[in-house]
Amino acid sequence: MTTSEAVKKSLAARNRKQVLFKGVGLGAVALAFLMLVVLVGSLLSTGYKALTQTHVTLEVFVDPEVIAAEKLPRGNFKKVLQASMQSLFPEVSSSREQRRLVGMLSNGAQFELRDMIVDNPALIGKSVTLTVPTSDPYDQLNKELIDRETPEQNRRLNDLEIEWFDQLKSAGAITSPLNTGLITNSDSRFPELAGLRGALIGSFWALFVCFWISFPLGIGAAIYLEEFAPKNRASDFIEVNINNLAAVPSVVFGLLALAVFIGWFGMPRSAPLVGGMTLALMTMPTIIIATRAALKAIPPSIREAALGIGASRQQVVFHHVLPLAMPGILTGTIIGLAQALGETAPLLLIGMNAFIAAAPGSPLDSSTALPTQIFIWADSPERGFVSRTSAAILVLLGFLIIMNSLAIFLRNKFERKW
Amino acid sequence: MIAFIVLLLFAISGYILNRISARAIRDGGTRLHSVPGYHGLFSFFVVFVPVFVLILLWLALQGPVLDAIVMGRLPPGTLDDLGTGARQLLLAEIKSIAGGRIFGQPEDWKLAAGQDLVEFREFSYEALLILTAIFSAGLLIYARRKVSSEFRARHGVERIVSGLMILCSVVAIFTTIGIIASLLVETGKFLALVPLSEFLFGLNWEPQIPIREDQIAAEGAFGWIPVFAGTLVITVVALLVAVPVGLMSAIYLNEFAPRRVRASAKPVLEVLAGVPTVVYGFFAVLVVAPAFRGAGDALGVAVSPNTALAAGTVMAIMLIPFISSFTDDALAAVPQALRDGSLALGATRTETMLKVLFPAAIPGIVGGILLAVSRAIGETMIVVMAAGLIAKLTINPLDSVTTVTVQIVTLLIGDTSFDSPKTLAAFALGMMLFIVTLAINVLAVRIVRKYREIYE
Repeated sequence: MTTSEAVKKSLAARNRKQVLFKGVGLGAVALAFLMLVVLVGSLLSTGYKALTQTHVTLEVFVDPEVIAAEKLPRGNFKKVLQASMQSLFPEVSSSREQRRLVGMLSNGAQFELRDMIVDNPALIGKSVTLTVPTSDPYDQLNKELIDRETPEQNRRLNDLEIEWFDQLKSAGAITSPLNTGLITNSDSRFPELAGLRGALIGSFWALFVCFWISFPLGIGAAIYLEEFAPKNRASDFIEVNINNLAAVPSVVFGLLALAVFIGWFGMPRSAPLVGGMTLALMTMPTIIIATRAALKAIPPSIREAALGIGASRQQVVFHHVLPLAMPGILTGTIIGLAQALGETAPLLLIGMNAFIAAAPGSPLDSSTALPTQIFIWADSPERGFVSRTSAAILVLLGFLIIMNSLAIFLRNKFERKW
Repeated sequence: MIAFIVLLLFAISGYILNRISARAIRDGGTRLHSVPGYHGLFSFFVVFVPVFVLILLWLALQGPVLDAIVMGRLPPGTLDDLGTGARQLLLAEIKSIAGGRIFGQPEDWKLAAGQDLVEFREFSYEALLILTAIFSAGLLIYARRKVSSEFRARHGVERIVSGLMILCSVVAIFTTIGIIASLLVETGKFLALVPLSEFLFGLNWEPQIPIREDQIAAEGAFGWIPVFAGTLVITVVALLVAVPVGLMSAIYLNEFAPRRVRASAKPVLEVLAGVPTVVYGFFAVLVVAPAFRGAGDALGVAVSPNTALAAGTVMAIMLIPFISSFTDDALAAVPQALRDGSLALGATRTETMLKVLFPAAIPGIVGGILLAVSRAIGETMIVVMAAGLIAKLTINPLDSVTTVTVQIVTLLIGDTSFDSPKTLAAFALGMMLFIVTLAINVLAVRIVRKYREIYE
C-alpha cells in the first residue's frame, strides 16, 4: 500500500475528527452566549416588574377631631387612613380585620398624608384624594407573583384580603404607574418605598473622589515611568509593584482601607470619601497601564521634531505628547472608573453597607453605593426586594454600558494611526 | 475647605504677580532667561505644593491628635479599668455630644469633654486657616523676590514637576507598603492571641467567640485549613468549567469561525468580563443555586442550598472571558509560518491546532490559567452571596463550603473593635490571601517568561 493510499484511507477519519473538534468549539462559544442570555434574561424578567408600582387611590376625609392644626406635624394619620378604608368596606367590623384592611396601604402612606397636610393645613376638615403605594404583598398580588391557587395558609394574603383587593380593582382604585420612586426615594425597610437615590449619590461622590485622586496621580506616575525614569533598579521595582497591585484581590484593598484610613487616621466609617480613596488605589494601576500604552503609541518623530526646535524634555511631553495621547488616556480612565463603579467588596469592609435612609449631602456623610445597595437588597428577606434588586442591577449595568460606550466612542473618534 | 480656597487664591495671585513683573522686566528691554509664564508657574508651585501638603497632613492628623488630647483631659481614673472597646465607645459618645446629639442624661464630665472637643476643633480650624494664610503669603513673597532676568524659572518649574511625578510613582509603593504593614500589624496582634501553629494547621474554624464573660458560646477555633479547603473546592469547580469552555471558544474563534462570527462574538465575551461580581452573586442566588437544587431533587441527590457547585459555576462564567483572552493572545503570538508549514504538509486545521499551535502556545495559556486561579481565590462577592458560612472540611462540591474571602467579609461587617481575635482573624486570613495570590501571580509571570519561545 502506497503512502497516498494510506492517507486516503485515513482521510475520512481525520475529517470526522475535524468536524467533531469544530463542533466542540462552537459548543463552547454557544455555551458562553447561553450563559450571558440566561443572565440578562433572568435579570430582565424579574427586574421589569419593579418598573411599575401598584398604587391605590383613596378618598380621605381629614377628620379635624383626629388631626388638629395646632398639633401638626403630629397627629394620628393612620387612624384617618383606617377610617377612609373602612368607609370603602363598611361590612368589615372586627377590629382585627380593620387593622388588616389598613395593612393594604404602604407604611409610608401616613407620612405622605402628613406631608400633604403640613404643606397645606387648610385641607383639615376636607376630603382629599390620595394615591399611595400598596404594601408589598398586594403589589406582588397585582403583579401575579402570588399564586391565587396556593392553599390559604401558605399564602401571604388570605382569601378575604384578596377579595378586598379585587373589589378595589374592579372599582378602578388600583393603578400601576411608572415606579419613579425607584430612583427618587432613598433606602427603606419596606420594599414598596425603597429607592436608589442615596446609593446613586453615594456612588457619585465615591467616583468623584476616586477620579480626582487616581487620575492626576496615575498620569503623573505613568509619564514619569514612561518618559523620564532612568532604567535602574528603583524604576524596575516601581514597575513590578504597579503590576502586582493590579492583581491584588479587591478585598485586600478593603482591609487596607479599614486598618489605615479608618483605624489609624480615624476617618469616618461608611463615608464615600473613604470609599473613593480605596477605589482610587485600585483604579490607579489601571490608569497607569492605559496611560503608558497611550504614550507609547505616540511616534518618536513627534518627540524628535519638538526636541529639534529646542523644546525641553518636559515641554515635549506636556505640550506635544500628552495632548496627543489624551484620548487613549481618557478611554483607559473611563474603563477604570467603570470597574470602580461595580466594585463591592472593599466598600463592604469600610461599612458602606449600612442601612441609611437619607441621601448623603457630602462625601463625609454615611451612605451606601450602588453595588452595596444591590448587596443589601439581595440579602433582604422580603419578596418585593427580588425585583428591586434586579432593577437596581439593570440601573448599574445601564451606567456601565454608558461609560463603556463613551470609552469606545472616544477611542473610535480620536484614535489616530501614525 | 476654606483653607484650600485661600491657598488657591494665593497661588493664583502668585502666578499673576510674577508673570506681570517678569513681563515688566522684558518690556524694559532686558532679555529674560525664561518666558514670563514660567515665572508665574514657579510662584504657583512654590506656594501651592508645600502648603497643600501641610493642609493634608493637618487634616489627617487632626482627628487622632484631638481625640488623644480630649481623652487625656478626662478626670483622672476614668480610663483606668476600661478596655479598648469601652474607650472607643466612650470616645464615640463624646463625639456625638460634640456633634449636638445628646442621648439621655450623660454625666457632667462627658458634657465637658464634648464641649472641649468642640472648642479644640474650632481652634484647630482657625489655626489651620491662619497658618495657611501666613505660609502662603511668605512663600508668595519669596517667589516674588526671585523674579529677575537671570532667574532660571523654567528649570525651577521642571524640577518641581519632576519631583511631583516621582511622588506620584512612589504612591504605588506606598500602597504596597500600606497593605503589607496593615496586614502585618493586625496579624501580629492576632498571633499574640492565637498561636501560629493553631492558625496554620488547625482543622477547625469556629470564630464565634463569647463577647461577654459569662456568655455561653463556642470556645473559638482558628484553624484556616478548612476555610482554605473550601476556597480550593470552589476554585476547582470554577476551573473545571471555565478552562475547557474558555480554551475551546478561543480556539474556535481564532481558527475556525468565519470572520463575521468572530467580530461579533468577541465583544460578547468582553461583556461577560465587565459584569460586576455582585451581579454574578445575585445571579447565583436567584437562578443557578435553585436550578442545581431542583436537579438534585429530581435525581434524588441531596444538594445543599448554597452548594459549592453554584458558586463555582457562576465564578466560571466570570473566568471564561479571562481565560479565552489569554489563550487568544498566546495563539496570536505563534508565528504564521508554523501554521502555514503545517497546513502545507497536509495536516488538517484540527491537527495543526492540536499538534503545532497549541504546544507552542502552552506557556502563555498556563500563565493565563494561573492568573485565573489567583482571581478565583481572591474573588469575593460571588462567594459571599452564594457560598456558605460554616467551615467544613470536605471535598464534596454538592456540600456547602466557606471561603477565605467570605470569612473576611463576614468577620468584619458591622464590627469596629480592633482587639477581638474575631476581627483580627480576618486580617490574618487577608495576609494568607495576599501571600497565596501574590505567589501564584509571580509564578505565572515566571512560567510565561521562562518557557516562552522567542520567534524571529
